[in-house]
Amino acid sequence: MNANNQNPTLTGSEILWATLVGEGVTTVFGYPGGAILPVYDALRKFPIHHVLVRHEQGASHMADGYARASGQVGVCMATSGPGATNLVTGLATAMLDSIPMIAITGQVSSKVLGSDAFQEVDITGITLPITKHNFLVTRAEDIAPIVREAFQIARSGRPGPVLVDITKDAQQAMAAFDFDAAAPAPYRPHPMLRAENSAIREAMELIRAAKRPIIFAGHGINQSGAEREVIEFAERLHIPVASTLLGLGSFPASHPLSLGMMGMHGESWVNNAIQQSDLLLAFGMRFDDRVTGNLASYAPNAKKIHIEIDPSEINKNVKADVALIGDLREVLSTLLELIPATGWDRSSSDAWLKQINASKGNEAVRDIINLPDNGHLYAAHVIHDIWREAVAAGREKDTIIVTDVGQHQMWEAQYFRHNAPRTLVTSGGLGTMGFALPAAIGAKAACPEKDVWVIAGDGGFQMTAAELSTIVQENLHINIAVINNGFLGMVRQWQEAFYDKNYSCSPILSPDFVKLAEAHGIPGAHITQRKDVTPAVTKARTGSSAFLINFSVEKEDGVYPMIAPGSALHEMVRRPNPLIETGEDE
Amino acid sequence: MLHTFVALVDDKPGVLTRVASLFRRLSVNIVSLTVGESEREGVSRMTIVAEAPENAAHRIRASLYKLEIVRSVDEVGRSEAVIRELCLIKVAAGPNAPHGLHSRSQIFELATVFRARVVDLAPESIMLEMTGSASKIEGLLQVLREASYDVLEVSRTGRMAMRRGHHTSRVLKALGTQPAAATAHFPSRPDEDDLPNQFAE
Ligand SMILES: Cc1ncc(C[n+]2csc(CCOP(=O)(O)OP(=O)(O)O)c2C)c(N)n1
Repeated sequence: MNANNQNPTLTGSEILWATLVGEGVTTVFGYPGGAILPVYDALRKFPIHHVLVRHEQGASHMADGYARASGQVGVCMATSGPGATNLVTGLATAMLDSIPMIAITGQVSSKVLGSDAFQEVDITGITLPITKHNFLVTRAEDIAPIVREAFQIARSGRPGPVLVDITKDAQQAMAAFDFDAAAPAPYRPHPMLRAENSAIREAMELIRAAKRPIIFAGHGINQSGAEREVIEFAERLHIPVASTLLGLGSFPASHPLSLGMMGMHGESWVNNAIQQSDLLLAFGMRFDDRVTGNLASYAPNAKKIHIEIDPSEINKNVKADVALIGDLREVLSTLLELIPATGWDRSSSDAWLKQINASKGNEAVRDIINLPDNGHLYAAHVIHDIWREAVAAGREKDTIIVTDVGQHQMWEAQYFRHNAPRTLVTSGGLGTMGFALPAAIGAKAACPEKDVWVIAGDGGFQMTAAELSTIVQENLHINIAVINNGFLGMVRQWQEAFYDKNYSCSPILSPDFVKLAEAHGIPGAHITQRKDVTPAVTKARTGSSAFLINFSVEKEDGVYPMIAPGSALHEMVRRPNPLIETGEDE
Repeated sequence: MLHTFVALVDDKPGVLTRVASLFRRLSVNIVSLTVGESEREGVSRMTIVAEAPENAAHRIRASLYKLEIVRSVDEVGRSEAVIRELCLIKVAAGPNAPHGLHSRSQIFELATVFRARVVDLAPESIMLEMTGSASKIEGLLQVLREASYDVLEVSRTGRMAMRRGHHTSRVLKALGTQPAAATAHFPSRPDEDDLPNQFAE
């Protein structure tokens, strides 16, 4: 290294690592290959831990899980061509859930760009619609400023994944490195990102006039760190809080004002309350179709106040009466200044709360929890027992559940009560099967002090099961619950409901997952009875290494209640043969 | 209906793809798109005319702004802006043209009426250059065709737009006319500084 102007001259590869170190990165998930070998060669000089994955898709989900669990930007890395294309699913997953993530890919030398060179693929072209932004870097001197800008973009405004594609010659060339000088210009202010004074006034008027208001807790609460403000807001006004899937945990499930999840598999009293409400306060959510049901009949009598950082979400699905555009925490702070801490007339709110609470009693949605042990094992029991075991051990707020996609994901949302932010990691927008195992590795790498559980179906688990080997290599204590129903369960449920029980290609054969784990050196257990659930869960949690439990659950169980596509929010389908309630459990 | 957007974008490779790809994804047809330099270094100016339902404009604008390479977006209406287009028209005008030897003088006359300029004279053809609103250009073309001239080639730039009056766009005003400076999301400001709610109908 030559100290020229106090700025060392480094190779592009060294500049990349030095910039990552400067940005606070400690862990990178990746897989080497020809076009990124110079970068891997330089790794040993820098204090960054590289997790070698088994498939680049795994690397992308790990970076994603790392970001979701910690709030920090996750970083993954791959070579050109097939390495880069393997990241695509993970980038799209992060894009749809607004996860701050950086993907670094090697690219063929700039001299042969566009010539179909060996392992050349136009990855910036491919990922254009599934990244927040991407860059092609062809010169060593551009690496530091572009990587720094990539971090800024990934975490600013509405976060998202950013891909940086670096040609091999840029990795090898020399350039001066100055971390501070490479700082990006301040993030461009959004001209529409202003909660207008007039809009704030209008919002206050609607809030004052509302008799049946509901707060919608979305992912934006987490993203902007507005958990405290939301609690304050709800408590001052006595407004009940319904949550989206990605909003779970951002408002404590055990809070008296918490209603639970809304939408397609939400609690029926929540959806009914939404339909009767006269004011929806949407906090950092986007009225996804899984949340609204049929738009024409959605919350017909409710005014809508939409607080959202991304102006393109306003009026996209649901027309807002007042749009407050901006960072949720800042907007809520502004509103809170206008709401007295005490003395607000809450009589109508209280009547409304009473009405909602009364309707909870009539609904048999939680029947399955209250079912006595009849010798069958239900996924809902397994998930609820994992939650109760964590509570009993005093680890509830230190337990991160990472789910895959399918029925078990919805049961998790229904039966695991999330009382702390960032305790649920799940792919909501894209619904990516195969997400759980790698995302859990990322979550555990970010939060080694937490208990991390994978909850996956037998189908999705097999999509990325190769990462078991990564778990062992990294010596990570991750607990894995495979909810094994012998079916692609969610597909089977839809076939049952909408395709005359024609179970086309939804029964799925699986290996013995416990033996599979054992082949990796991971201990495990088969559980078929409810009474054995809790002891196995405790064993997994208190052990010293990863542990896999294969839960053989009811094969043709369904997630209820459910809104059929195209139906209104209150037209929920109930469990066809309600199981008998005993009330002894909860 | 037709919407006219003016976007200031970074002058970098791939910018056009990003903008075009957004319209592709929204399944909105671009009627015309012009790009060129602006008054700022490193910043290109695009005027995009798109056919989309009336209520789609806000979303297109907000989505455009989500592109990192876009510095500002404005939607301009007909009344508040000067909207112009440049057009080159090649007309057959030799001895064998419909009006024979008279054709040249007649085309010159038409050009004068429409304030078009003759920019090329060849034995068999004349090239006209015209700037103006789209309807004026279409007027000239129509007259030529109705007079049974043989229009050989037409090249139009597509519309360019600029707001009338001193201040540029609301968006630029919000951004400051200088390249974006660091401003907090919620600078304290007087009430009359409120921009109208962009999303109210
Ligand atoms: C990558 C991917 N492919 C297909 C789907 C469609 N899909 C959604 S849920 C589901 C079934 C999941 O089955 P399983 O993993 O066994 O979980 P279960 O529903 O039984 O809990 C499928 C195939 C998807 N979400 N992701």
